[in-house]
Order: sequence, then C-alpha cells, then structure tokens
Amino acid sequence: MIIARIIGTVVSTQKDQRLEGKKLLIVRPINLDGSDTSGYVVAVDTVGAGFHERVLVVAGSSARLAQNMKDAPVDAAVVGVIDTVDIMAPEKV
Amino acid sequence: MQLARVIGTVVATVKNDSLQHRSLLVVQSLNKNLEPQGKPLVAVDSVGAGVGELVFWCRGKEASFPFKREDTPTDCTIVGIVDSEKHVTSV
Repeated sequence: MIIARIIGTVVSTQKDQRLEGKKLLIVRPINLDGSDTSGYVVAVDTVGAGFHERVLVVAGSSARLAQNMKDAPVDAAVVGVIDTVDIMAPEKV
Repeated sequence: MQLARVIGTVVATVKNDSLQHRSLLVVQSLNKNLEPQGKPLVAVDSVGAGVGELVFWCRGKEASFPFKREDTPTDCTIVGIVDSEKHVTSV
C-alpha cells in the first residue's frame, strides 16, 4: 500500500455499471515526510475520505477485494484514512 | 517476496472494515546486502512483527492470502520475520 494525498475528484456519468455509485478521487503519492511526489492515480473511495486527507491506497487486483467492489474494473482503491505515521530515527534503520 | 526492515507504524482509524484490528507497518525494502532499496511502503502485518525487525513481505493479490482472501484489500503483507541478519546469506 502507498501513502497518498487526495488532490481532486473525478465526475463520470458514463462508466462501467459496476462503478456506479462509487466516488472517484485523484490521489498523489507522497513521501513519509508528507512531501509530494510526482504523478497521480485515480482511485475509488471505499471509506469516505475527504479533500487533502492522507490516505492508504491499494493498487492492483487487491483493490478489487475491498467491500462492494466484487468484479469491479478497478486497480486502485482508497482503503484507509491515515491519522498518524511514526517513523523510527534514521540512524537506527 | 522481498526482504524489508520495519521502520515505522501507521495509525488509521477510518479504514476498510476487513482491515480493522490489523496493524499497519511502514517497511523499507532491502537488497540482498540488506541495504535500503526503493521507496518505503505500508504493509499489513500477519505475523506480529515490530519496528526495527527484519522481515519478508509479499506483494500483489497473494498479499491477501494470510487473511480472508476474498475480502482483504492489501497489496503488501508481512508474511515472515527473519531470525537475524546472520541468517541472510547471499553470494
């Protein structure tokens, strides 16, 4: 799973039936210190995440295993809203 | 599967129901000489690993196999703890 920040939403009327009722978000992967990386992913929201929140994003076929996503044509899903990230001191790594 | 060092923890209160009560750890992948390689990832723990430990993790759909495999959305799961660094040998 990667850590990402929600930077936008996508509205789509004409889409696969199995995606109906799902919220689509644009997320940008971020580093552990919170700084942005390049690129973005369109991910389906499964937890009700909001704009600018740090979230956990699952990619690949595992994204389909989230609730209500059976057989949905999806390769990225937001599965958690992050409260905190604790990293141990770098010299001990 | 790849070797990694657990370097931190993630707390997420709001998460997918099937991830409730699972601990989320930040892992830094390592090369065969146990040097950091690539970006850190967030992994679900299936073995009770702790921060600082040397572990190996599994990616892709197989990452959900330690749990209820049909409804656990994870693409990165810690599946074993390496006994010690001395137990990793490569040529």
